[in-house]
Amino acid sequence: MTKVSLTIDNRKVETDKESTILQAARLIGVNIPTLCYMKLDDLNFENKPGGCRICVVEVEGAKNLMPACKTECRDGMVVHTHSVRVVNARRTVLELILSDHPAECLICARSGDCDLQSLAQQLGIREIHYQGEQSHYKSDQSPAIIREMDKCIMCRRCETICNDVQTVGTLSAINRGFRAVVATPFETDLDHSSCTYCGQCVAVCPTGALTEKDYTRKVIEAIVDPSKTVVVQTAPAVRAALGESFGMSPGTLVTGKMVAALKKLGFDYVFDTDFAADLTIMEEGAEILDRLTRYFDGDSNVKLPILTSCCPGWVNFLEYHFPEMKDIPSTAKSPQQMFGAIAKSYLAQKIGVAREDLFVVSVMPCLAKKYECTREEFFINGDPDVDVSISTRELAHLIRNANLHFEGLTDEEFDHPMGESTGASVIFGTTGGVIEAAVRSAYELFTKKELKKVDFEELRGMEGIRKAEVDFDGVLLKVGIAHGLGNARKLLEEIKSGESDFHAIEIMACPGGCIGGGGQPYHHGNVEILKKRQKAIYKEDKGKAIRKSHENPYIQQLYREFLGEPLSHKAHKLLHTCYFDRKKKIEF
Amino acid sequence: MDLINSPEKLQQLKTTLVNQKKAKLKLEHEGGRIQVKVSMSTCGIASGAGEVKDFFEEKLDLENINADIVSTGCMGYCYAEPTVEITLPGGEPVIFSNVDMVRAGELVNDFIKERKSAVNTIPHKSRKPGGAVEKGKQYRIALRNCGFINPEDIREYIAAEGYDALRMALTEMTPDEVIEVVKKSGLRGRGGGGFPTGLKWELSAKAECRNEKFVVCNADEGDPGAFMDRSLLEGDPHSILEAMALCGYSIGSNKGVIYIRAEYPLAIERLKTAITQAKETQLLGSDIMGTGFNFDIEIRYGAGAFVCGEETALIHSMEGLRGEPGVKPPFPAEKGYKGEPTNVNNVETFANIPLILLMGAEWFSKIGTEKSKGTKVFALAGKINNVGLIEVPMGMTLREVVFDIGGGIRGDRQFKAVQTGGPSGGCLTVKHLDTPIDYENLIENGSMMGSGGMIVMDEDDCMVAVARFYLDFTVEESCGKCAPCRIGNKRLYEILDKITLGKSVKDDLSGLRNLASVIKETSLCGLGQTSPNPVLSTMDNFYDEYKAHVIDGDCPAGQCRALMRYVIDPHLCVGCTLCMRVCPVDAVSGEKKQVHSIDTSVCIKCGACIEKCKFGAISLQ
Repeated sequence: MTKVSLTIDNRKVETDKESTILQAARLIGVNIPTLCYMKLDDLNFENKPGGCRICVVEVEGAKNLMPACKTECRDGMVVHTHSVRVVNARRTVLELILSDHPAECLICARSGDCDLQSLAQQLGIREIHYQGEQSHYKSDQSPAIIREMDKCIMCRRCETICNDVQTVGTLSAINRGFRAVVATPFETDLDHSSCTYCGQCVAVCPTGALTEKDYTRKVIEAIVDPSKTVVVQTAPAVRAALGESFGMSPGTLVTGKMVAALKKLGFDYVFDTDFAADLTIMEEGAEILDRLTRYFDGDSNVKLPILTSCCPGWVNFLEYHFPEMKDIPSTAKSPQQMFGAIAKSYLAQKIGVAREDLFVVSVMPCLAKKYECTREEFFINGDPDVDVSISTRELAHLIRNANLHFEGLTDEEFDHPMGESTGASVIFGTTGGVIEAAVRSAYELFTKKELKKVDFEELRGMEGIRKAEVDFDGVLLKVGIAHGLGNARKLLEEIKSGESDFHAIEIMACPGGCIGGGGQPYHHGNVEILKKRQKAIYKEDKGKAIRKSHENPYIQQLYREFLGEPLSHKAHKLLHTCYFDRKKKIEF
Repeated sequence: MDLINSPEKLQQLKTTLVNQKKAKLKLEHEGGRIQVKVSMSTCGIASGAGEVKDFFEEKLDLENINADIVSTGCMGYCYAEPTVEITLPGGEPVIFSNVDMVRAGELVNDFIKERKSAVNTIPHKSRKPGGAVEKGKQYRIALRNCGFINPEDIREYIAAEGYDALRMALTEMTPDEVIEVVKKSGLRGRGGGGFPTGLKWELSAKAECRNEKFVVCNADEGDPGAFMDRSLLEGDPHSILEAMALCGYSIGSNKGVIYIRAEYPLAIERLKTAITQAKETQLLGSDIMGTGFNFDIEIRYGAGAFVCGEETALIHSMEGLRGEPGVKPPFPAEKGYKGEPTNVNNVETFANIPLILLMGAEWFSKIGTEKSKGTKVFALAGKINNVGLIEVPMGMTLREVVFDIGGGIRGDRQFKAVQTGGPSGGCLTVKHLDTPIDYENLIENGSMMGSGGMIVMDEDDCMVAVARFYLDFTVEESCGKCAPCRIGNKRLYEILDKITLGKSVKDDLSGLRNLASVIKETSLCGLGQTSPNPVLSTMDNFYDEYKAHVIDGDCPAGQCRALMRYVIDPHLCVGCTLCMRVCPVDAVSGEKKQVHSIDTSVCIKCGACIEKCKFGAISLQ
């Protein structure tokens, strides 16, 4: 690559010709402030519309100030990043942005964790010299995501991730000039749009314009209601990220502290969604085996590949964009819903509580889960299997509200029986994990041999689409993995066109899988955080005594005492579901 | 019409058509016919030219008079529409102004039948194309055919040397030679930027493409008060098609796209007709004139966003994306429509091309100033006597334009300023009257060439209100992508609005200037980078007026109502109570036959009292 040499703030720097001034400046420790710019390496996300103009710098010889995020380096370029002219312009532009932003920081969901607020702090803005009319838009309240577009600064990150990365196409800019804003087609609310509730728009939003719907109050009300027995389940990816909300370094596993906190919050039973993940493997694995056996026996009616179904964002995507393929995914419910169904039947029976008195809360890295638990097929006589789903961030708020010193908590253990889990279920939290867990069990059940090496490195990683072949004692199982809905779309198109001959495919809506979910602590564009969470997940797996789902003794007990065997009539009734053409369901 | 499947056929046809035309102009006994041309552009039609044309057709037919009635494009005299040009056999053409139905009847009787001498005519010496440049006179290159030929008849264009430049290029020149001529001519982009056209073509020619290159004609004319491109397309569509094909030949493209705003239905109609005729005769499409060169043109409609005149926004719009500009580089010449090299030129730029090739780069480069060659078409509007479409050599002074060609200020008022360059431009004042108009001088004086809107203002125009008017436009037309333009222009507008409403404070003046400069130097595209120009330029030239508003609470031009007070002159008031009775807010008080007075704190300045007062006793002060 051609090298160029330039001067930034009187210091020489040599860099690749294609790199921008922003990148070159970082090489010498000059951090030019940015606002709209965001790049997630490896995840195919780069938002640089050059719209906010915060990163403008002075390039000698250029008439106007140049955006550092978009301007490529040239040999001999002389750049000033903090001259009086630059600082005045930068501050004025920021003041302009602030002048069209509600000054509601005190009660904003993003307060303290907001890119715009940090920037105003960084530049030391104490007065807004240009005041005037502010934009007003109607607020959009869906079951999962709230859009308060008065707070939108038109950075377009949500638009880029929704269209370029997720290919969902819900959000795009509308109107001109001062009235320009990001909106859905025809300005419908999200619940009447193609939105999958993946929550990636929330994950990248720099302000409080896009946030999750907060259900913490409902949780507290249930806990203090003496007639309710409140059960909580926590998804695998939560323990790998929750610590960040308390200043712990990314990748710190806080399973024990999380359990301790939940117990102190007053939940009657603290269980693990991982238990349900093991259950998912039992059902989904059995389904895979069933389809595969029939396929290898020559049954041409078998639908292959089988697609995983534990990610509700992905299910929403399939139901809206590929309704003609709705009979391909596994019919197994997601772990969250399996947990709810078992809790409100088996567990209720076991602890002697009436179904309607049992209140199930889930803590998820995900916003689509909030929607998933409101789907009518997961209700029995008006009572949902899962009552409320809160995000990792909401759990952090609950913990802080309860005056708990999280970092100082002594580790505690999950309750039994639904707190016991295997390493296989833990890795559900990262891309490739579900399929690896399935392979661990399916191998033994298919080959009737013991699996010696449980780590399938070939299924791990961060590449958007991964393909691998797993040797099932002579039979090659062709496996595909996609994370991010844009990658999912590519695989689905391949299947549709008959190009691919996969047997099983795992799809996760969020880049990175659940560790990068829309409900996780904000990564602020730092992909390393996601990678550290992923490492933590694999570390937890490694540390587990049991690493194959079918070996979980409490799962075995559940089948013995209650379900019979995988795919039994009872299992079908409680643990399986079906999919709909969502386009038809959404009426304008 | 026969196919023109060889270069020779075009030449033969041209000779035949020119001869036919000449024959018509001969004396009556030699077979000459009366030629009646009616200016049928949008402005003419809106003034009733359609009816006038029908009238001439019916009337002359009824009277058995041998005449050809021809619709042409705009003749350029907007102040005198409908305009009709009549050429009697063997005579010189005479242009008649304001030809309504009554006058049309008179013309048939007096001028055509009785051959009485012509009255109410427009001197038209300056309309003739070619020849030497004369001081204070128009010079037509781009508008050479506009108002002369029937834009809906390809034969008239061919007779006027149409498609001859294309023939010449395809048969006698290499693509590089064509580019060389354009480069040497010194032609610069007429859309506003002033980028050397030949250089742009060269960049596109050198750029590597994956599948194909594109030639785009930017017909998204959007400046308020500008109608140069519309008139050109309505009056001479073939010249644009020919130029695009020439561009295609020289840069290696076979595909042209005209991006035109949908609000120009007549221009679209005439373009469509022209494209069909050119394709039917093999002057466009495959194997043009049998030379093996293919070039096709399609039309795309813009929804009327001003910012889509910016070339990257235009390309986004063509691609079906939101009409937002992108950061340059990469320039469209390298990576434009569909990611391919795309040469975007404005209508007027293209209109110059065929003549440059026919007459030579040297001829063209002799017209104009050192750095600005050729002519510029302006849409002259505002408080001027001869509102219209004009084309003048670069380097002409503002004085010549306003007073010689424009006929001076309407109502003998004082000249105050000329706004050029539309919302991106600025004001030129009395002190600039003798500045030669070219790209550099306009920029140096705080304005810009822009696409060619020229709005003349007199002493009654408040310059703060003028700046506010343009900002109102920019706020509406900003795409909203970058913060300084989206929010900054809104704030600029709000401050200006405050000033005109008498609600401003002294700090607003320095605030205005700082904000304007920040918007200029931080905005993403040309729209935002120039949108504060109307503010900065009026502040530079009319700072006293700003101060008067802010500090003295006074609008010297008497235009800002909020700063005015309604006052009753005690010497003129007879106490008739009429004003008292019409006042909707009871601001007027006084007894019958006593002098009345107006309570300014209650008055809403509706003006009802002034209208009613029979004694002229109420005035605005």
